[in-house]
Amino acid sequence: MSLLAVERLNIRYGDRAVVSDLSFAVEAGESVGLVGESGSGKTQTALAVLGLLPGSAATSGSIRIGGADILGASEKVLNEIRARRIAMVFQDPMQALNPYLRVGQALSRVVSAHTTANDAEARQRVLDMLRRVGLADAERQYRAYPHQLSGGMRQRVMIASALLVEPELLIADEPTTALDVTVQAQILELLEDVRDDTALLLITHDLGIVAGRCERMLVLEHGRLVEQGRTTSVFSGAKHAHTQALIAAAPRPDRGVLLAPVAADKVLEIRNAEVSYFERGHGRLRAVQALSLALQAGETVAVVGESGSGKSSLVRAALGLVPLQAGQVIYCGEPLAAALQQRSTRLRRDLQLVFQDPVGSLNPQMQVRSIVAEPLRVHAPELSRAERSRRVVAILDKVGLDESYLKRHPHQLSGGEAQRVAIARALILQPRVLFCDEAVASLDGSVRKQILELLRRVQQETGLAILFITHDLAVVRAISHRVLVMYLGRLVELSGSEALFTRARHPYTQALLQAVPVPDPIAAGGHASLSGETPSILSPPGGCAFHPRCAHARNICTTTRPSLREIDGVTVACHRADELLQPH
Amino acid sequence: MLRYALLRLLGAIPTLLLVIVLAFLMVHAAPGGPFDDERALPAEIEANIAAAYQLDQPLPQQFLRYISGLVRGDLGPSYRYRDLTVSDLIGGAFPLSLKLGAMAMLLATVIGVGAGTLAALRQNSLLDRALMAMAMTGISIPVFVIAPVLVLLLAVHLQWLPAGWSGTSAGGRFVLPVVSLALPQIAYIARLTRASMIDVLASDFIRTARAQGLGTFTIVRLHALKPAMLPVLSYMGPAIAAILTGSVVVEEIFGIPGLGQHFVRGALNRDYTLVLGIVVFYAALVILLNLVVDLLYGVIDPRIRQR
Repeated sequence: MSLLAVERLNIRYGDRAVVSDLSFAVEAGESVGLVGESGSGKTQTALAVLGLLPGSAATSGSIRIGGADILGASEKVLNEIRARRIAMVFQDPMQALNPYLRVGQALSRVVSAHTTANDAEARQRVLDMLRRVGLADAERQYRAYPHQLSGGMRQRVMIASALLVEPELLIADEPTTALDVTVQAQILELLEDVRDDTALLLITHDLGIVAGRCERMLVLEHGRLVEQGRTTSVFSGAKHAHTQALIAAAPRPDRGVLLAPVAADKVLEIRNAEVSYFERGHGRLRAVQALSLALQAGETVAVVGESGSGKSSLVRAALGLVPLQAGQVIYCGEPLAAALQQRSTRLRRDLQLVFQDPVGSLNPQMQVRSIVAEPLRVHAPELSRAERSRRVVAILDKVGLDESYLKRHPHQLSGGEAQRVAIARALILQPRVLFCDEAVASLDGSVRKQILELLRRVQQETGLAILFITHDLAVVRAISHRVLVMYLGRLVELSGSEALFTRARHPYTQALLQAVPVPDPIAAGGHASLSGETPSILSPPGGCAFHPRCAHARNICTTTRPSLREIDGVTVACHRADELLQPH
Repeated sequence: MLRYALLRLLGAIPTLLLVIVLAFLMVHAAPGGPFDDERALPAEIEANIAAAYQLDQPLPQQFLRYISGLVRGDLGPSYRYRDLTVSDLIGGAFPLSLKLGAMAMLLATVIGVGAGTLAALRQNSLLDRALMAMAMTGISIPVFVIAPVLVLLLAVHLQWLPAGWSGTSAGGRFVLPVVSLALPQIAYIARLTRASMIDVLASDFIRTARAQGLGTFTIVRLHALKPAMLPVLSYMGPAIAAILTGSVVVEEIFGIPGLGQHFVRGALNRDYTLVLGIVVFYAALVILLNLVVDLLYGVIDPRIRQR
């Protein structure tokens, strides 16, 4: 008999079906990936398995673990199953851990709720588990509040809490979506290592994660199971069109794309930029230091780095949204005033921005028509109403939206449509430079692919220069000519995209590349080659800031900050760059 | 933490000063004076008394004298209780008012939080609706109506409890005044608790706790109660002020010789220093208790404590 058997499960809210006729099984000890885009019913399925659906959900079918049926079971019966037989790791460990409770308090209560352990035994058990999930300083972590822990440590605590009473099935719902890529690799490896013979149901939108971590996979589309099978056979021969589309849409960090050639004229240059913030009680926070970059017309430069690397500060400073402490931004040979208010209208028009959260960056009160027309009202007030309207329709057409969208409000748009509107709003002024700050991070795979294609097409037609901020290396290869890698506010490597992916120079870049999951079970990816997490930018390590995490560090790395060197057209800040070249 | 508390206390000085100025002006603007009587005194004697208490000096000068006494901790003599200073009167009456207020506050918090939590756990049930209807009633009816009605019902008709203060020394005489004071606060706190508890129960970390198989009681006590108490805690400041003013009315109704009674008598008698003294004392008390409430925030929320 299967460990978990879901049969003909239906979940509805009113007359909206979120899961329809879903049947699948999980066998003891195996790892199964549950894949689908947002709204496909993945999380609803997981909540149903734990009996955690809200009262407004109507369900039918059956969910069996051992002998018990979870649907319709009393809270008392469910509490015997939860944690003891089925445990869950949630997506965002900051939200999912109680900020008012010390880690030890919360975890030891789980032990005492399910076992006969006394306080001392429960405490010991929690400490042991914290050590098992890689929190070496367990005594301290036991007394810590969640906000005192880094994102990766929080997720380790979450995993520890789930495994405390040795469940038979562990459900992990997007366990690494909120984490940086090197930490993601660590957490996924940890899940594999600590679960022993606990079965794993891994819910994710990221095919790369499933490819590397799961024996079997299930694919959901609009609440229906469209495909299931061994991961290797699904990837090598997907039968359902939706699965094929998902696999095709997943960006491949291991494959390059052909990009339009770059023109010779330099449009934007950032020279020696420094951005600092002053924090009460902490002094100066140097978000960006000594950073230089030139952007040609028709070129896309991706700025890559984990959270806290300073990539967003760089963009804000270039746009004049935060002041530069030192250095210059030069546009078409003309130095720009540091503050946005002092820049001419023409300059503001030529530099445009697209944000991460597409729906949140559009005014919910306005129709698409007025959202897209608004920049024209400011920058070209002389235009007649008819002309303005004509341009709005033309630009919407360019981003792939027809006239039926004109009268919609942002809440009537999907994430992809909203991002198209945001891009149209930025492009209507025919800017020369477009800054994209994580512009595709919140989009599903197929939509992300379309948006990236759109940006490439616009660039080809108009010679637009794009500075593309992202934490996702898989996206980088699909869009950028060159890549700038940042670590703790400094440039560590600046290189052509192809060169970076084939022969990364800096050990940090190499580790980042190894950590990226590859959506292909054969091409191995997602390795945790870096231990630890990015140190706080408030107190960066001396010498080379990367040396505490670097496997190749020598004495000189701890004492002297490496200067930027140019090797084979690659700019890199590493003392050992010429020795460390590792061809993949 | 200590630095923060000191800064807050310093910041309270202008507030306190403003309260004193306003109270001083209002007391003096009221017609009549402390020594008016039904039987008019000869003009010379009146002038003599005024001179003795320096009431004949211009107002600004009187004010400065009052302030200079205040910084030395001297609230001045009472004009009406000839042998006593204002400090004596406050010192004598406040302990009783404090006892009354503290009991009412405790009762209001325990019952209010309990009822609010219950209502939140059974959201939209009959119990929830009944509790909230009762709370709405409690908020709508003022103390000066509740108290006499309670007296009529429980003391006069049923004769379970004493109606007044004097004439008995049993603990039972506390029940009606405390309940009258607490009722509106119970209602407010219950509504606040219900709303914030519903919010907290919907948060992700409660879902985690449920996924960990913890029972409802454990979830509420261990995970939900602390965060749900934050809005209630921030209401404590206004609640304390409301109970203080409420006790003025309640002490009058039940004939309790507390600070509230002195306040009412002082105002009627134009006992300038007594009224001013009590206003300053109450204002300082409210400011201090509000500070305590803010410091308690840090105790509950570890993220605030760090700053």
